[in-house]
Amino acid sequence: MCLGVPGLVLRTERNDLGMAMGTVSFGGIRKEICLAYVPDVKVGDYVLVHVGFALSRIDEDEAKKVFETLREMGELGDFGDGP
Amino acid sequence: MKYVDEYRREEDIRRLLESVAKTVTRPWTVMEICGGQTHTLMRSGIDRMLPESLTVVHGPGCPVCVTPLELIDRAIAIAGRPGTIFTSFGDMLRVPGSRTDLLSVKALGGDVRIVYSPLDAVKLAAMNPDREVVFFAVGFETTAPANAMAVLTAQKRNLENFSILCSHVLVPPAMEAILGAPGNRVQGFLAAGHVCTVMGYEDYEPIAERHRVPIVVTGFEPLDLLQGILMTAAALEEGRFGVENQYRRAVRREGNPDARRAIAEVFEVRDRKWRGIGTIPRSGYGLRPELSLFDAERRFGVDTIEAQESELCIAGEILRGWKKPSECAQFGRACTPDHPLGAPMVSAEGACSAYFRYGRPA
Repeated sequence: MCLGVPGLVLRTERNDLGMAMGTVSFGGIRKEICLAYVPDVKVGDYVLVHVGFALSRIDEDEAKKVFETLREMGELGDFGDGP
Repeated sequence: MKYVDEYRREEDIRRLLESVAKTVTRPWTVMEICGGQTHTLMRSGIDRMLPESLTVVHGPGCPVCVTPLELIDRAIAIAGRPGTIFTSFGDMLRVPGSRTDLLSVKALGGDVRIVYSPLDAVKLAAMNPDREVVFFAVGFETTAPANAMAVLTAQKRNLENFSILCSHVLVPPAMEAILGAPGNRVQGFLAAGHVCTVMGYEDYEPIAERHRVPIVVTGFEPLDLLQGILMTAAALEEGRFGVENQYRRAVRREGNPDARRAIAEVFEVRDRKWRGIGTIPRSGYGLRPELSLFDAERRFGVDTIEAQESELCIAGEILRGWKKPSECAQFGRACTPDHPLGAPMVSAEGACSAYFRYGRPA
């Protein structure tokens, strides 16, 4: 139910009510998505989309940190062989 | 796909599993409260690879499952009215009411349509001014901004033929109810990441304090879940409580302020009945009184329809984490996804349905 799918913003526009909308690509499948809740979003950003609404801009730096943490854990010998 | 594939690499999953195994030294029970997370745990097999002393139980994390039976009956009553277009997300259509389901109403000629977004229902209302268009607004906090925007858009477009049947539930009050129940065995929570993209996690901080439990905001891919589980296990082992955020790429502490503003404009917090659990104070949203024009229950006078649950179903115990689906005598016998007796078997995201689908033994 609370499915959120990450997608790439390809285009932004406003509809006749002035609401921010945009075209978002989900691995090549394009859909019209409401961008009203992510006012700062730009073409090229990734957003998390739920039932036709972008709820959050995906933070690339934070996303990278997870993998850095994993690597560090490997180097510290928390894991078997390390990466 | 970016932000999907890199969270499913077997090598990383194995490493995290090893780390969880090294971290856990005592028995712990951790609860997730999201049907999507239940699904990932089962589909990836993570539930079977965790250390035996770490039990992950599945809370009331499926809004479809906890929508009360009488509300399904009310939806069916509205959908059967001539001239009505009844719209819903696909997963509500097969949920059985007392006597029938929405899909059967459609088979008998009712105009029941699946929509991808509540805005599609608003579009239908604009295109069909002589018909009543009703949207079944079911969901957690994650879906509330979309449903709020649908109502605001209908209002701006002066659509008098659009209304919603509202069944919105909130996660933090359910967590409080579970932690406060006699016999509770949940010691830590994975908080549902997408709920927190909207609401943030400030509301979880007093719960963690009061009940001295760790709560880790967690994403939905296998790597996210395992990292969330690892963070929760580490906190439990070290005797720490409080809120941590695993899903940092999508969740900020304050959530999404614009979405929260829209929710506050359209909805107010109300007591809500949860299927399988009962009424939890201040655990749901209803339309604000000034927007009651958009309230389908009022518009069609169906708010008096009541319903009776099966007595064989132990959904209350499942949803509180007291029992696993496979411990129910009816599981896979009298109760299957095709003939569900109760809440967690009705939607694909329910815990019983996930156990059935992924072959967890009866």
